[in-house]
Amino acid sequence: MTNSTSALWPCIEEIESSVRVDPQTSRFSVARSNYTDPAIFNAEMADIFSKCWLYVGHDSELQNDHFITRKVGGRGVIYLRDRNGMVRCFLNVCPHRGAQLCRQREGKALNFSCLYHGWGFDNTGRAIHVAELETYPAGFNEGGRNDMVPVPRFESYRGFWFLNYDRDAVSLAEYLGPACDYIDVIVDQAEQGMHIVGSVQEYSARANWKLLAENSTDILHVEALHPTYLDLVSTNSGGQMKRGKMEGKALDLGNGHAVVERRATYGRPIAQWISLWGDEAKVEIDAIYDRLVRQFGEERAHRMAHCARNLLIFPNLVINDIMSLTVRVFQPTAADYMEVSVWSLAPREEIGKPALARRLTNFLEFLGPGGFATPDDIEALESCQRAAAACAEAPWNDLSKGFDAKSDDSIGDTKDELPQRAFWRGWQACLLQTGKSDNGYHRRVDTNGHRGLPDQGSRTA
Amino acid sequence: MTRTDIEDFLIKEAELLDDWRLPEWRQLFAPGCRYLVPNMAGDPYAPPESTLFLIADDEHHLTERVKRLGKKTAHAEYPHSVTQRLVSNVRVLGHEQDVTRVQSSFVTFRTSQGVTDTYFGRHEYLLVCPDGDILIKEKRTILKMGALRPHGRLSIIV
Repeated sequence: MTNSTSALWPCIEEIESSVRVDPQTSRFSVARSNYTDPAIFNAEMADIFSKCWLYVGHDSELQNDHFITRKVGGRGVIYLRDRNGMVRCFLNVCPHRGAQLCRQREGKALNFSCLYHGWGFDNTGRAIHVAELETYPAGFNEGGRNDMVPVPRFESYRGFWFLNYDRDAVSLAEYLGPACDYIDVIVDQAEQGMHIVGSVQEYSARANWKLLAENSTDILHVEALHPTYLDLVSTNSGGQMKRGKMEGKALDLGNGHAVVERRATYGRPIAQWISLWGDEAKVEIDAIYDRLVRQFGEERAHRMAHCARNLLIFPNLVINDIMSLTVRVFQPTAADYMEVSVWSLAPREEIGKPALARRLTNFLEFLGPGGFATPDDIEALESCQRAAAACAEAPWNDLSKGFDAKSDDSIGDTKDELPQRAFWRGWQACLLQTGKSDNGYHRRVDTNGHRGLPDQGSRTA
Repeated sequence: MTRTDIEDFLIKEAELLDDWRLPEWRQLFAPGCRYLVPNMAGDPYAPPESTLFLIADDEHHLTERVKRLGKKTAHAEYPHSVTQRLVSNVRVLGHEQDVTRVQSSFVTFRTSQGVTDTYFGRHEYLLVCPDGDILIKEKRTILKMGALRPHGRLSIIV
């Protein structure tokens, strides 16, 4: 592998050769330098985090006049619901001299006032106070030129709000594609809609963001990395839940998205009972299942209730509907560091009920930085990052499990490395699709003549 | 319990944790105990049944947590990290019925794989003394770092 750490951008040959498929042996390999190279990091910030739809927040997090500040794709944004109930997303930057408009984590505000020169804005973004406006030429404050800057694109699907820094991006629905059905299977479990419970868990990893993307749809590692969690499940279920082969499938959903859906081997609040929860809970959970069958039919109800889903929305959103329901994003700040944010999602009808307590217990047993499993994932990722220092001498990760180079690799078994291959195909398509014109990293346009993510057909064979 | 008894107890508790004598530490808790670490972005006194915490262990989960940390397969803590806990600013806040409310400030240094991270904040205890020995009915740890960044984990009993 050429070492391009001295360059600002990777050359096109590096991007093409860093995801390698051997058609003779069906070996799928990924260069470990992808986790360490600052040039790759730069290319990702330009061609992934400035071009793809990035998750901002859930609709339920905001009441009227409520704001939350977040870092999304490296930029600070203000995510709010304005005085009229409309959800908006602004860049957290004053149009005057560029200070952050808001330095609070969250709160209620009808207006924002900049600390530096006192420019003021209402929460629809309109500039309502310019310091000493009378000393400026006439018309200085007209045309909205001093208003807060909204992010270029801002759309939602089923309560999940996304932004895109690329004004010309395809629509969110088009970007999500077949991932929409998996979001539906999750959100439709709730009778009264889903809401975020409590506050965000914020942690981190000294590791490249792509390692967590790979880990979040990896089912193969559970036995080796999380046996202490499986011990707990076994204790809780009185030995009911058996380990072993998990019936299900892994799917490449295109654009880098992937999902693994399989029969769950643990209790699920919606809707799979375990004896630990007691007989009253069994009655509740049976009733929930009956409602799902009535509403959606036996097959879809079985998927919703008895199956778990790990869903990755490229590049960095994970929605895992497992023993609890979690939303996870990870923001890279360097090649070897990411900030992780995690929320718990739950049906509104569980508020005030024992079902919510069960769901939260399920969550904390596995998920979150204090759980019995997630800390081990962080340890594994950081271990990969530490070992990647040897990427010149030991260059390749192997992602061949379940791979047949002659097939289209769109569907496979639960423990195949298919979701990871799907991620890398999406990654490579982004980095090759658009680019800068120096260092041989030249712009390409797809067959339809427009930018935006291609479908599977343009992956490197 | 005198103030000296309480301080000795808290120092002993920290020492057991630093020495990775976790089963003995577990014995310091009364039946029906709770071990709580609220989420830093939320209300530290909201009920764990209806809001998201970092840790909300009842006595069963606390026992299981200690069991987990004794296993080589708890990879986040095997090999064991090296920790040093500082406990200070002890205040005895009051005594109602048979429960004594106590709080302390803490700093816990954790070193693992050549990196040291610092956890700090306040511990709030409900202590009982049914048979002459001090026991913990509830321990609530209020972390003050803002986020687990760059720590990345809360895999120890902080």
